[in-house]
Amino acid sequence: MSIEPLMTARGRTGRAAAIRRTAEAVTSGLIRASGWVSILILAAIASFLFLNASRALQEVGLLTMLTGDSWYPTSNDAQFGFIPMMVGTAWVTVTALVTAVPLGVASAVYISEFADGRIKEVSKSIIEVMAAIPSVVYGLLGIALLVPNVKSVFGLDTGLTAFTAGLVVGIMVLPTIVSISEDALHAVPDALRQGSAALGNTRWQTVWKVVLPSASSGIFAAVMLGMGRAIGETMVVLMLAGNAGIIPGNPFESVRTMPGTIAAEMGEVVRGGLHYSVLFVTGLVLFAVTFAINLAADLVLERQRKRWSR
Amino acid sequence: MVKDQTGSFELENVSVTYGKETAVAGVSMSVPSQAVTALIGPSGCGKSTLLRCLNRMNDEIGGVTVGGAILLDGADINARNVDPVELRIRVGQVFQKPNPFPMSVYDNVAYGPKTHGVRTRSDLDAIVEESLVRAALWNEVKGSLKKHAFELSGGQQQRLCIARALATEPEVLLMDEPASALDPISTQQIEDTIAELKDTVTIVIVTHNMQQAARISDRTAFMLRESMEAPATLIEVGDTRTMFTNPSDKRTEAYITGRFG
Repeated sequence: MSIEPLMTARGRTGRAAAIRRTAEAVTSGLIRASGWVSILILAAIASFLFLNASRALQEVGLLTMLTGDSWYPTSNDAQFGFIPMMVGTAWVTVTALVTAVPLGVASAVYISEFADGRIKEVSKSIIEVMAAIPSVVYGLLGIALLVPNVKSVFGLDTGLTAFTAGLVVGIMVLPTIVSISEDALHAVPDALRQGSAALGNTRWQTVWKVVLPSASSGIFAAVMLGMGRAIGETMVVLMLAGNAGIIPGNPFESVRTMPGTIAAEMGEVVRGGLHYSVLFVTGLVLFAVTFAINLAADLVLERQRKRWSR
Repeated sequence: MVKDQTGSFELENVSVTYGKETAVAGVSMSVPSQAVTALIGPSGCGKSTLLRCLNRMNDEIGGVTVGGAILLDGADINARNVDPVELRIRVGQVFQKPNPFPMSVYDNVAYGPKTHGVRTRSDLDAIVEESLVRAALWNEVKGSLKKHAFELSGGQQQRLCIARALATEPEVLLMDEPASALDPISTQQIEDTIAELKDTVTIVIVTHNMQQAARISDRTAFMLRESMEAPATLIEVGDTRTMFTNPSDKRTEAYITGRFG
């Protein structure tokens, strides 16, 4: 009873330890591999875009495209200027953010600071459901409800404008802005709220003067991520923005955006042709812009996390 | 600047109930103005809960009911016409862990006066300086008022929180174990600050540290929760020297001589 079980136990422990070590190595190897896979995919996307864009980059030149003010991709003397669609994208994005930022931050403040228990849970789930609705459905709602009203209210020739698309895109990026802002507000330590309340401040004064400034970097990141989504949104813009390839002077004109242009024209181009390649340059520019915006937002969020984990 | 003798509390049969559970019951005591009153007792004996009744910070937590009467200079602070926000301008609080706002030293102190309507720069400058002087922090920060509060040491942050509370000119300052998160030297500085302040403001301090209570307080109240089923009660309250040399209750004697708690 004294020696034998001990020996057996030791033998088993040795074997078990070896198995455990192998399992450990395999698991961590797999996890590391999946991390690398996403980086590889990202690199593959970038190089694939670049490869297909290279013909246009050589024959037309990036600067010519970025500074060209007309887009006539199919005429004999084809013009590939990005400015009309860059301005179009800008109008849609600005309208979307002007709609979504005040509404989104206000919702986040309500959910984080004022709503309690049930209402809080219900509003959070509703926001999540909003994020799950396919963009084409938002597009349909826009066509049915918004387009005729924008036309009549503003007395326009058409309701298909950057403003119309921007409003709907704004609703679509709300979930991103609300949930990330809410996380940022939630991360503000309660001790600060109590400290402010104890100085004789109302709930609202506390939110305005202490909580919001403390969460400002996270809210900024939320806006950036919302902006990234708005710039890349395709379907709603295709359905609602009117797709006119001119430089719009204001958001109440029909515009075409960069993602909208790719989606609309890709089906009609000759594979491997110059127009095809130019559309890849458009994609490359979009990729670079949204990548930079997301990266910036992540850096800001990381800084905020460090700040409160003192 | 010795003010009128305001800022005295009278507690009559005060009880605190969380939902269905009564945490504190039957506390009657007086808190004299311009003196330091210490609340002592073992962990979980309701000291902090009772303290938070005095500026109605319990209102911030849902489901808390306060029974009995709490009179500030004779007026019931739980009366319907009393706005807790107004009350907290008269009764300030300093918390256990320093909780400066993420802004400059100056803005931390100016925060209260600003939200209460002080707008001119020179008035604010004067309030900030006076408050920092009273909190014994002025000499260390006068050259760097623009510095972010998080760059101060823990002890400096706590004195900043004291200055911030003083800036609204409260009559009473509640302190919930203000030195428990600090090193001995910072603790000493906080205690010196309290000794300076008591001429102008009533101080109620919760402390775990009996030596601290003996050193800094004029009156001491000993609270105890004798079983998990029963609410905490006030065992004895009186002059600090008498409490520590000649307590009238056996349980007080046992606690201050370190036999439990």
